[in-house]
Amino acid sequence: MDATNLLQLLVYGVVLGSILSLGAIGVSLLFGILRFSNFAHGDIMTFGAYCAYAMVTGLHWPVWASLPVGMAGAAAVSVAADQLVYRRLRRTQPVILLISSFGMALIVRSVATLIWGPQDHSYVKGIQMPMRFGDIVVRPDHLVILGGCVALVVAVHLFLSRTRMGKAMRALSDNMDLARVSGIDAERVIVWTWALGGALAGAAGVFLALDSRLTPMMGWSALLPIFAAAILGGFGKPYGAILGGMVIGIASEMSTAVLDPAYKPAVAFAVMIVMLIVKPTGLLGARR
Amino acid sequence: MIEASGLADYGVFLLTLAAIYAVFTLALNVQWGMTGLFNIGIAGFYAIGAYTTAIVTTPPDAGHLGGFGLPFAVGLVAAMAVSGVIAVAVGLITLNLRADYLAIASIGIAEILRLIFKNETWLGNGVRGLSGIARPFSDDPLVYLVVVLAVLGLVYWAVERARLSPWGRVLRAIRENELGAQAAGKDVFRFRLAAFVLGSAVMGLGGALYAHFVGFISPEAFEPVFATFLVWVMLIAGGSGSNKGAVLGAFVIWALWSGTELLTAQLPASLVTQASAVRVLLIGVLLQVILLRRPQGLLPEEKPKRLR
Repeated sequence: MDATNLLQLLVYGVVLGSILSLGAIGVSLLFGILRFSNFAHGDIMTFGAYCAYAMVTGLHWPVWASLPVGMAGAAAVSVAADQLVYRRLRRTQPVILLISSFGMALIVRSVATLIWGPQDHSYVKGIQMPMRFGDIVVRPDHLVILGGCVALVVAVHLFLSRTRMGKAMRALSDNMDLARVSGIDAERVIVWTWALGGALAGAAGVFLALDSRLTPMMGWSALLPIFAAAILGGFGKPYGAILGGMVIGIASEMSTAVLDPAYKPAVAFAVMIVMLIVKPTGLLGARR
Repeated sequence: MIEASGLADYGVFLLTLAAIYAVFTLALNVQWGMTGLFNIGIAGFYAIGAYTTAIVTTPPDAGHLGGFGLPFAVGLVAAMAVSGVIAVAVGLITLNLRADYLAIASIGIAEILRLIFKNETWLGNGVRGLSGIARPFSDDPLVYLVVVLAVLGLVYWAVERARLSPWGRVLRAIRENELGAQAAGKDVFRFRLAAFVLGSAVMGLGGALYAHFVGFISPEAFEPVFATFLVWVMLIAGGSGSNKGAVLGAFVIWALWSGTELLTAQLPASLVTQASAVRVLLIGVLLQVILLRRPQGLLPEEKPKRLR
């Protein structure tokens, strides 16, 4: 294994890491405010990816133009799930919400399978010409993914730090009771959090499908590394989620230099377990 | 006449699977219903149990580990033992953490086990799986149904005794108020670990029963995520915390699940590939309705009588 190969794996790792980061930000934000791990997040990603796919094949839009549609579709499903089910369960234990979201994951996945079928799809047919930087090979799709992720992360940062709604989200996440008594309309903020988390999941889904292929199971398979990223960064910390996503993405891809690639999904999990043993609060220190 | 015997065969088939699911549901009731441990890695312990008994009871084969040709009962006991040992390792790492982390860790372990069984050909013959796992006594499905029902009865008796014992009371105390139990001098972690190991061992037993029923086991045979989900729906529908409820839930949900198969059989041929998605959708919606309308289940847990 020489330096070129390692550098090549690093490129793949950064691409995967930025996709996982987008998914993990949503999981982390929702956890911060609602105190439960959303097991439907992966399938919301899948749903967003399929919404964009409908635009690509139906209206022949390019992928970048279909991205907002995928984000909007995923956000709409998230908000609808909250209003129809989760909202009514919020007074029970958070674990009941977790069970409910597990069921929601299967509902969303079956609906996607019913509409678009169980077979694989891809956005663009045919082989793309890779670009060469020295000995490193990069697909144009990778640049689209990286650019999209960076733009979205900057947008999320501006939203959380500059807008009233973003500040309210962070306030609720830090201390729900204090935020309520200072006059923040918690219900409204929760709906916005679902919309934001869902939209980011939709974008992550589109990018994931662009990186490989579109299948009904792709979101569920990505869920474990996304949780690993959110735990690594500290649950409830959106900025930690970005860091966690990068670590998990790079570790997964680099591991193929020494491990059988069949075990790639296990690497994310192993990193997470070590983190849980050594420092359960995550790299940036989560709320417990 | 052929119709009637075919129908009877189908009935025996469905009842056997329902009874196997009831074993899983009772096991989950020990973990979640009684102790409040959130395990969604049921499929992992199923796989351990199924592979253990396959390796222990099948005739020797050069292609993979084992083939010890030992009797059925040894297979069941080994399945419970191996599942229990692995549960100790998993529990030591995760049981001190919050419920969310246990949930995520349990599903991760199930996934890793699936990868191991799929990729390590020396262990379980890889994707081709292990076949020729014989039923005990006779190949007659009716005999096997009796065996499964007997095992289910034994498991029910054991977990019901556990529930009513002082040990079971401590588990419920931990579920309701962890700090209170700790203040009363109970070693919360040890009780949790014991409940987790007991439940996981029974899940391993369920996996072994399943393997002997179908005679074949492979990494993809059980639809792990869905089977796990179905067991959860069964427990919640039946009444988590109640062993009678767990068994009732398993049979009722299994009947509904099999009923949806008859329903989707009526669909036009063009939609046949989508039929399983419709069934999963229906069960997912059913869970949401139960959680919203009747979260305590069909047979709710009996609350202890108030002291006067």
